[in-house]
Amino acid sequence: MTKWLASTALVLTLALPAMAQDYTPDPNAKAGGSITVTYKDDVATLDPAIGYDWQNWSMIKSLFDGMMDYVPGTTELRPGLAESYDISPDGLVYTFKLRAGVKFHNGRAMTADDVKYSLDRVTNPETQSPGAGFFAAIAGFDAAGAGGLSGVEVVDPLTVRITLSRPDATFLHVMALNFASVVPKEAVDAAGADFGKMPVGTGAFKLADWTLGQRLVFEKNADYWRAGVPYLVQVVFEVGQEPVVALLRLQNGEVDVPGDGIPPAKFMEVMADPAQAARVVQGGQLHTGYITLNVTQAPFDKLEVRKAVNMAINKDRITQIINGRAVPATQPLPPTMPGYTEGYAGYAYDIDGAKALLAQAGLADGFETDLYVMNTDPNPRIAQAIQQDLAAIGVKANIQSLAQANVIEAGGAGNAPMIWSGGMAWIADFPDPSNFYGPILGCAGAGEGGWNWSKFCDAALDAKATAADSLSDPARAADRLALWSEVYTGVMEQAPWVPVFNEERYTMKSERMGGDDALYVDPVSIPVNYDYVYVK
Amino acid sequence: MAAFLFRRLMQSALILLGVSFITFVLLYVLPADPVRQIAGRAATAQTVENIRQQLGLDQPFVVQYGRYLLALVQGDLGRSYLQKTEVVDLILSRLPATLLLMMAGISAELVLGLSMGIAAALMRGRLGDQVLMMMSFVTVSAPQFVVSLLMLYVFAVKLGWFPIGGYGTAAHLVLPALTLGILGSGWYSRMMRSSMIEVLRADYIRTARAKGLGRARVVLRHALPNAVLPIIAMIGIDIGIFMGGIVVVESVFGWPGIGQLAWQAIQRVDIPIIMGVTLVSALAIVIGNLLADLIAPFIDPRIRLR
Repeated sequence: MTKWLASTALVLTLALPAMAQDYTPDPNAKAGGSITVTYKDDVATLDPAIGYDWQNWSMIKSLFDGMMDYVPGTTELRPGLAESYDISPDGLVYTFKLRAGVKFHNGRAMTADDVKYSLDRVTNPETQSPGAGFFAAIAGFDAAGAGGLSGVEVVDPLTVRITLSRPDATFLHVMALNFASVVPKEAVDAAGADFGKMPVGTGAFKLADWTLGQRLVFEKNADYWRAGVPYLVQVVFEVGQEPVVALLRLQNGEVDVPGDGIPPAKFMEVMADPAQAARVVQGGQLHTGYITLNVTQAPFDKLEVRKAVNMAINKDRITQIINGRAVPATQPLPPTMPGYTEGYAGYAYDIDGAKALLAQAGLADGFETDLYVMNTDPNPRIAQAIQQDLAAIGVKANIQSLAQANVIEAGGAGNAPMIWSGGMAWIADFPDPSNFYGPILGCAGAGEGGWNWSKFCDAALDAKATAADSLSDPARAADRLALWSEVYTGVMEQAPWVPVFNEERYTMKSERMGGDDALYVDPVSIPVNYDYVYVK
Repeated sequence: MAAFLFRRLMQSALILLGVSFITFVLLYVLPADPVRQIAGRAATAQTVENIRQQLGLDQPFVVQYGRYLLALVQGDLGRSYLQKTEVVDLILSRLPATLLLMMAGISAELVLGLSMGIAAALMRGRLGDQVLMMMSFVTVSAPQFVVSLLMLYVFAVKLGWFPIGGYGTAAHLVLPALTLGILGSGWYSRMMRSSMIEVLRADYIRTARAKGLGRARVVLRHALPNAVLPIIAMIGIDIGIFMGGIVVVESVFGWPGIGQLAWQAIQRVDIPIIMGVTLVSALAIVIGNLLADLIAPFIDPRIRLR
């Protein structure tokens, strides 16, 4: 303890408990009740180091906690298992003070050793965590292995000090990712490779039962360290349910939240019925659907051609194809993301302008190219609309409709001249503008196999992005967002993408479900924030 | 008999080996990298290589296939890439549901198909025959997804006679089994009809009628056992078609069988599960055919197994 005090005496306290921005409990909330959530697919795993799909993401969030968390229904960070934290003036040392008295589901008290163990585990290549890369800024990451991370130190049972090798303004968001969840070593050791089926965390719920291929039952953690929540006693997840059938069951009062959402074919019908539409909550989503233009391949190596394609796409019409479940996009960032440039118009729909640009590039007669697309509805229909738009400026696009894995493969290998991102589009891992850059627009993702399918790599923009992420001083957050705004408008000047639309989220719920609407379109918990919703 | 069984078992093992090889080759040449699926979109090149090495996917084809076979003979189907669960556990947890649905579905097919076939044969050439054959044509060509949803909508949602999908009680089983029965009954009714027509022309039927036996007794006791013979062989083959068709019905009715498992695994390029389900399905088909062969002599003493 004294050691911690001594070290903190030297540093400037930059951020302290964010009490002011925390969640105000719902006065109408009632404890008790059980809800049923359905999914088509099996739940892959509940191991927080492994789980990385939108289905298990919110489930893991309710079973585990990390040192940081978000205010329910918002993108605001708040402390989780950490009671408070300090950041050194150079932005390299983060000292987290842990809450006392937090217990794992197995009854043992959580300590700083568990935090270190969990971060060592997720970065150990043996764990095969898809999220290991998020922790690359921690000192010793490159040497991570059985020996653990040298940058994570246990100061005392309730204090952890994390040293970074470079400033990372997103580090607190990283500590709020599921990958940074705290797990008990003895439970991981006992379960071995099956920890994902027998998860033990500190979260609001614990796993009570898992019948493979049928259902999972989450039970309220009576010892949960946050007072008053969760309200629900039980959440039952039924898997193997077709979305259309789930909707029928919801209408019949058997299901409370269809996890896969409203099936596209039924969307108009549901929204046209006032009784049903009243139970649909609409909200933004940290999602952008885009067309990548491979800048390493002719003719997309020419800026005029990329701009022409941007101007040729009728985004309003594409939005209509998906029943208006989206808003047309002007830039890579979605409007709900900090750093979004308000008022930026992007490239307006202008066929004549597009033709003129093609003529400038010496392609007045157009050209032929391939458009890759994932083969599930509505993506092939959207691809056809893009095809028609391009035909209007004389470009013949052949649609290559493939399974998801094959499109990702072609994109990573750099073989695809154009890809419509639908079904594989970027949804942010955390609500920060940097998350839309590195892997999909930066040089880091442009290599073989990376997710930057445009293979776009601009050293000046990369440098600006690095500069932005070095501004880890929370007092300079506005400067940082301004820099990011410049990065994305800079990207648009080079036009490696056609940003097409930002999907909106529509969560349907049963009549008895209660709680603020924001909880049903929670940006980090899809479909809903299980810890805070309740049964009326 | 023993020699026949031995030879057939050897053949079956060879068939399974062949199936495993072909599936493995197909999955190997697939232009989709399972390691990328596991590593996720945020992974660094380093992470991807690590995972590839740990799973042995950096090895040449022969080594990968050899390792798979070696584990297979020890009853180890590997671990799912994405669910990280033993494939054997995943399949075993779902196999009972599929077997139950398969038995109920085939029973429904037989009851519906045979009675339609017999009725059509007896009404040969008349309107009833034409209507029944028309129906069999429609059911055979009907899209499974639509029929399943229609059954669910009418009998579960509108009439409320049965639960809306799910698994557990006998009531849950009725609709999916009936759907499979309706969809598959066309094959049986057509076969039963022609087989029955042939038998009804036979001399011993005329003899039986000449003895003064009643029409019902002649049809049920004399004609049916003989006409049903070719159908028995067909059940063995039908298991193969069933394993393919059950995927859709299982999906719509939320039936936790291996068809559902296979469908999900294919979308996620989860190779160990795809391999496992393919092998188990092939095994079911092989066993089905073997049983059909073994049962044949009991029904028709003229058949000898050599």
